[in-house]
Amino acid sequence: MPEQMVARQDSRETLSFYVTGLILLLVLPLLNVLTPEDSWLHLSDFRLNQFGKFLCFAILALGLDLIWGYCGVLSMGQGVFFGFGAYCMGMYLALQIGKESVYGSELPDFMVWTQVKELPFFWYPFKSFAGAFLGAILVPVLFATIFGFLAFRSRIKGVYFAIITQALAFAAWLVFNRNETRLGGTNGLTDFKQLLGYRLSDPSTQRGLYIITVLALGAAYLFCRWIVASRAGKVLIAIRDSESRVTFSGYTPWMYKLFVFVVSAGLAGLAGMLYVPQVGIITPAQIGVLPSLEVVIWVAVGGRGTLIGAILGAVAVNYGRSVLTNYFPEAWPFILGGLFVVVVTMFPDGLLGMIRKVTERKQTPAPVIKAEGRTAA
Amino acid sequence: MRRGFVPFSKIVIALFLLIISQGTAVAEQPVASEVVAGAASPIGQALLDIKSEDAAVRSAAAALLIEKGDASLLSALDAIRAEADRATRQAIKPVIDLLKNHANLTSDQSDTRRSAAADLVGTGRPEAIVWLEEAAAKEPVWWVKYTMEESAQLLRLRAEDHTVRVVAVKKLGELRSQNGLSALKELVEAGSQSGATDEQRALADAAHASIGQIDAWFWWADAIETFFRGISLSSILLMMSLGLAIVFGLMGVINMAHGELMMIGAYATFVTQQAFIAWVSPEMFDWYFPVALPVAFLAAAAFGWLLEATVVRFLYGRLLETLLATWGVSLILMQAARVYFGDLTAVIAPQALRGGAQVMVGVYLPYNRIFIILLSIVCVLGIYFLLFRSNLGIRVRSVTQNRNMSACLGIPTRKVDSYTFAFASGLAGIAGWALTMVGNVDPGLGQNYIVDAFMVVVTGGVGKLAGTIWASLGIGGLNKLIEPVTGAVYGKVFILVGVILFLQWRPQGLFAAKGRSADA
Repeated sequence: MPEQMVARQDSRETLSFYVTGLILLLVLPLLNVLTPEDSWLHLSDFRLNQFGKFLCFAILALGLDLIWGYCGVLSMGQGVFFGFGAYCMGMYLALQIGKESVYGSELPDFMVWTQVKELPFFWYPFKSFAGAFLGAILVPVLFATIFGFLAFRSRIKGVYFAIITQALAFAAWLVFNRNETRLGGTNGLTDFKQLLGYRLSDPSTQRGLYIITVLALGAAYLFCRWIVASRAGKVLIAIRDSESRVTFSGYTPWMYKLFVFVVSAGLAGLAGMLYVPQVGIITPAQIGVLPSLEVVIWVAVGGRGTLIGAILGAVAVNYGRSVLTNYFPEAWPFILGGLFVVVVTMFPDGLLGMIRKVTERKQTPAPVIKAEGRTAA
Repeated sequence: MRRGFVPFSKIVIALFLLIISQGTAVAEQPVASEVVAGAASPIGQALLDIKSEDAAVRSAAAALLIEKGDASLLSALDAIRAEADRATRQAIKPVIDLLKNHANLTSDQSDTRRSAAADLVGTGRPEAIVWLEEAAAKEPVWWVKYTMEESAQLLRLRAEDHTVRVVAVKKLGELRSQNGLSALKELVEAGSQSGATDEQRALADAAHASIGQIDAWFWWADAIETFFRGISLSSILLMMSLGLAIVFGLMGVINMAHGELMMIGAYATFVTQQAFIAWVSPEMFDWYFPVALPVAFLAAAAFGWLLEATVVRFLYGRLLETLLATWGVSLILMQAARVYFGDLTAVIAPQALRGGAQVMVGVYLPYNRIFIILLSIVCVLGIYFLLFRSNLGIRVRSVTQNRNMSACLGIPTRKVDSYTFAFASGLAGIAGWALTMVGNVDPGLGQNYIVDAFMVVVTGGVGKLAGTIWASLGIGGLNKLIEPVTGAVYGKVFILVGVILFLQWRPQGLFAAKGRSADA
C-alpha cells in the first residue's frame, strides 16, 4: 500500500469517526429530547433504545474484527464472552431488584421458585456495582486467557480453532440452560428495576445508558485503532497473511494471537455489560452457536479488516433484521443464510469494500484485504 | 385339560346370552335348556355365586373358578363384571386376571407369554406357580422361560413354608432376578430388626447373599449396555464424520451444511414412506425402507453436487469462507424444511427393525441400534474399497496428497472434487436414512450431532480413515461412559475439555499426515 494512500485513508477514517461520533452522541439524543413527538424529526424512546442495543453489538463486532479481520483467527464463540459480561451485569441488576420482586424476597425470583434458600457463593461479588463491572470484563478475559492459551500454544488454528470455539459456544449454551448452575436456566435473568438508584424504566436513564454506550464504542474503536496501528498490529496482519513467515522471522505468533483473543473477549464482555440494562433481559439464547455466528456475519457484511466496517455491519444487519422480522418473521433465516453465502462468495470485503471500490476506482486499484491464502489454512 | 372344558364353555356362552337377554321378550329355547343343565355344574354354580351378597360365598366361588376355570369363561366373567356391583367386581377382578394370564401363557406370541408370566406375579396367587412351571417346562424361548421361572420363584417367596421361601430366595439369586430385588431387600430389612425370629434371620442372610449375586451381575449387565450404547452413538457419529472427513481431507472444505444433507436424507426417507402409504398396498409397506436407501443417497448426493457447483467451488483455498458459506446454506435448508414439512414428522420403522434382542439377563439390545452399527461397518468397508481399491479412490488420494502434482499428471482434479463432494453428501444422506430409525425427522436433525461430528474430525486428524474411526469410537464411547455419572450436558462439556487437552498433546489429530505438509 502506498504511503500517501494510507495517510489519506487514515484522515478519511478520522473524519468519519468524528462526524459519526457527533451524530450518535449529540444529534440522536437531542432529536429524542427536543423535538415534539409528532415531528418527522422525532426519534422515539424505543428507537433510541434500539440504537443503543445495536451499538452494543457494534462493540462486540469490533472485538471479532480485531481477531478475525486483522489476525485471521475466526472465533465462533464470541457469544460466550458476550454472555459472560451480560450475565455478570445481569446478576448485579437481579440483586438490585431486592424487595420489589414478585415474591418479595431478597433473592431473585427464579431462585424462589427453584427452591434455592441462600444466595450461591459466586453471586456475592455481584452485590456491588464495582464487582459487576470488574466481573463483566475480567471473567471473559480470564476465561479467554485460559482457553486461548491452551488452544494457541498447541497451534490449533484456522478451521480447527473455529470448530473448537463453536463447540465452546454449544457447551456454554448447554450449561447456562441448566437450572443447577443457578443462573436462571432457560428463562435467564430479567425483570430488572434499577441501576445505581436510577430507574431502568425511566427514558432519561435509557438515554444516559445510550450515551455511555456511544462513549464506550468510541473508546473501544480508538483502542482497537491504537492496537492495529502499533507494531503489534503489524505483526497481527503479518500472522494473518503468512503465519509461518512470522514464525521464521523470530516472532511467537501464538502470544500475539492470545493477546488479541483476550482483548476481543474483553470487548465482548463490555458489550454484554452495556447490553443487559438497555434490553432488560439476558437468556442463554444470546450465547449459543447461532448468536456467535451472527457476529461473524455482521463483520463480514460490513467489511472485515476495517474497524469502521465492523461497526457499520453490526448496525446495518441488526437494523435490517428489526425491520424485516416485523414484516416477514419466517423469512429472516433465509435472508441471514443468503447473506452468508452472497457476502462470502461475491463480496469478501463487505459493504466498505464495495464503497471503496466505487470511490477509488479512478485513482488506484482498491486495497483489497486479502483473505488468508492456501498456506495459512 | 383345555379340551375337557369345552362343554362348559358352551354353557357359559349360553348363560351369558341368557343374562343379556333377561328382560327381553324373546328367550331362545334351546339355549335356555342348556343353562338349566349348566347351573347344576360347579362352574355354572360358581358363576352365579360370585354375584352373591355374601362375601364368603363370593370368595369361595372365586377360588373355585380360579382352580377349575379357563379362558373360555372370560367373556362371561367380563359380562358379569360389566353390570355387577362393586363387591362383585372386586371378587371377579383377580379371577379374570388369573384366567386371562393363564391362557396367555400358551399364546403364540412370545411377548404375550412373557408379559402374562410377569403379570401373574402381581396377582400373588399360589395357584399360578404350577401353571408357570408347567409353561416353563415347555417354553422354547429362553427369555420367556426365564421370566416364567422368575415369576414362579417370586410367588414362592410369599409362601408360608420357611424352607420353600429359603429355596426361592436362593433361586432368585441364581436367576439374577432384578424384579426380586425389592422383595429380597424387604426380607433383609425384616431380618435385621431386633424382634426378628431365627427363621427371619436365616431368610435375611440368604436374601443378602442373593442380593450380592444380583448386584454383581447387573453391574456387568450395565457395563455391557453402556458399551453397546457407546458403540451405537459412535457408529452414528462415524457415519456423519466419514463424509465430513473425506471432504475436509480432499478439498480442505469444512462443510457446515453436512448435517442438513443428512436431514435431506431423512426427509427423502419420509417422503418415500408417504409415497408408499399413498400408492402402494399396505402389505408392501415395509419395503419403503430399502427403497428409501437409494432415494436418500441420490437426493443428498444431488444436492451436494449442486452445492459444490454453485458455492463451494468458488471458495477453494479459503477455508474459513467455506465454513461460513456452507453455514449459510445450512440455515436456509433448515428453515426451508421447517416451512415446508413443519416441525415434527416421524417415520414408522419397518417390522423387522422394531423391538430388540434380549441377549442375556439385564441386557436388551434394540434392533434399530444393531442395524445402525452394522450399517456403519458396511459404510466403512464400502469407503475403504472405494478409496483404496478403485480408480476413483486412487485419484482422490493423490489429489488429497498433492493437488498440483496430480493435476500435472493428468488427473482432472475439478471432476474428482465434484464427484467426491457428491459422494460424501450421499453418505450423509445414508446416515440420515438410518437416523430415521432412532428419532424423529425434524429440521434440527443435523444440528443434534454436528458439533460432535466436528469434534470427531478434529480429533481424528485430516484425511485418514482410521483417525475418523478411532476418534468417533473414542468420543461416542466416552460420551456414553460419562453420561450416567455427570448427565448429558456436563458429559458434553467434559468431552470438549478432553478434546482441547488432547489437541495439546496431538495438535494435528490422532493420525496426522507426516512430512513437510505440517503447515497445510
